Amino acid sequence: MDKAMMKGYIAKRVAKEFKDGDFVNLGIGLPTMVPAYLPADVHVILQAEVGMSGQGGKPEVVDPNVVDAGGQPSSIAPGGAFIDSATSFGLIRGGHVDATVLGALQVDEKGNLANWIIPGKMVPGMGGAMDLCAGAKNVIVAMEHTQKGAPKILKECTLPLTTRTCVSKIITEMAVIEVTPEGLVMTEINPEFTVEQVQEATEATLIVSPDLKPIEE
Amino acid sequence: MAKVVSMNEAVAQIKDGMTIMVGGFLSAGGPNEVLHAIAEAGIKDLTVICNDGGDPKRDHSLAELIHNGQVAHLWATHIGLNPEVGQKMNDGSMKVTLVPQGSMAEKIRAGGYGLGGVLTPTGLSTPVGEGAEDVGGAKKEVITIDGKEYLLERPLHADVALIYGSVADKYGNVKIHGDARNFNVVMAAAADTVICQADEIIEMMDPDEVLIQNVLVDYIVDGGNE
Repeated sequence: MDKAMMKGYIAKRVAKEFKDGDFVNLGIGLPTMVPAYLPADVHVILQAEVGMSGQGGKPEVVDPNVVDAGGQPSSIAPGGAFIDSATSFGLIRGGHVDATVLGALQVDEKGNLANWIIPGKMVPGMGGAMDLCAGAKNVIVAMEHTQKGAPKILKECTLPLTTRTCVSKIITEMAVIEVTPEGLVMTEINPEFTVEQVQEATEATLIVSPDLKPIEE
Repeated sequence: MAKVVSMNEAVAQIKDGMTIMVGGFLSAGGPNEVLHAIAEAGIKDLTVICNDGGDPKRDHSLAELIHNGQVAHLWATHIGLNPEVGQKMNDGSMKVTLVPQGSMAEKIRAGGYGLGGVLTPTGLSTPVGEGAEDVGGAKKEVITIDGKEYLLERPLHADVALIYGSVADKYGNVKIHGDARNFNVVMAAAADTVICQADEIIEMMDPDEVLIQNVLVDYIVDGGNE
């Protein structure tokens, strides 16, 4: 799989996590590809932390007062509402957001997430990520399994955390992994890989579910 | 009741060394004409509280003040779109305090609404958690309520808040179209003096449409963007 196919494959699998009417916040990059793969009978309401409950797609006519969380032109979906920052994060922190999907630099077997800073190199700031991870009912990490071959799913994160014990599920091009009190449980695997290959690309020890299934395409 | 003033009169409210809140989120809802006028006036040693560090690709924004070295201390949630912020942070020429976005909104809301702070789970076990520097040099504390840990975030207050309005009326009421409202709403309550840059100034708006009440707004300046 090349990079673009890999991202599409991951986004397509993430799209199966949602049910009709879910209120979802999508991080930048790969997560924004997810809506394109939703089944026809599943409509989600997108939360944009900048101030939309019900974000729409790219606008035909640009309105400078309507942007997405990356500051790019956006639109409001039918039925949507504009909200101020305190309200927006009240919805996020208050547990009203069903799921957030975001990328990661590192995830570990306790569900700790690091995705906002590489000390000495990259200091973009956390934006809304810490609030989203602390408040969303489900935190889904969607990412490539390794970074240039180096594992990103670790026994313990070495980078500063975004939020502790927040991740509920990890979806990569190799596998679907659930974070449980017992550890990381692999529930689905890409048939192109063996269990051994997935474990080799993962620093944390994976528990293979007795019901291990192939990732459905 | 707010007074409609010229840009020069508005900028005259801001002095060297003040703490100012700046509304907006990247390209949406910033008082950019006022910021440009502050840049031209050369006001310095400012402490700025804003969602981000501006976007240097835009003509007028906080990025201009940062570029000019007029900002001594920036409180922000995200600085990735203005690489100069990271550079100045690393070379020590500007102090930067990063705050999670939801905590920033609540710190400002607390400052405006008479609260001694807020307790939030956001930021626990992170570099901005327990022991991190907070307002006035205090160290952030963890407080346990009914067995659950929270971080105490102290209130933020400013000398002046610079906000944006799509429409202001001559009473000082403000409404804002789109998600440009973002931080403007909470900031309007959290400063001694509030200056609103408005795209349009009308006689009086429908009370049902008022987003920011006139009692909070001191000065209105025409942003010339109608």
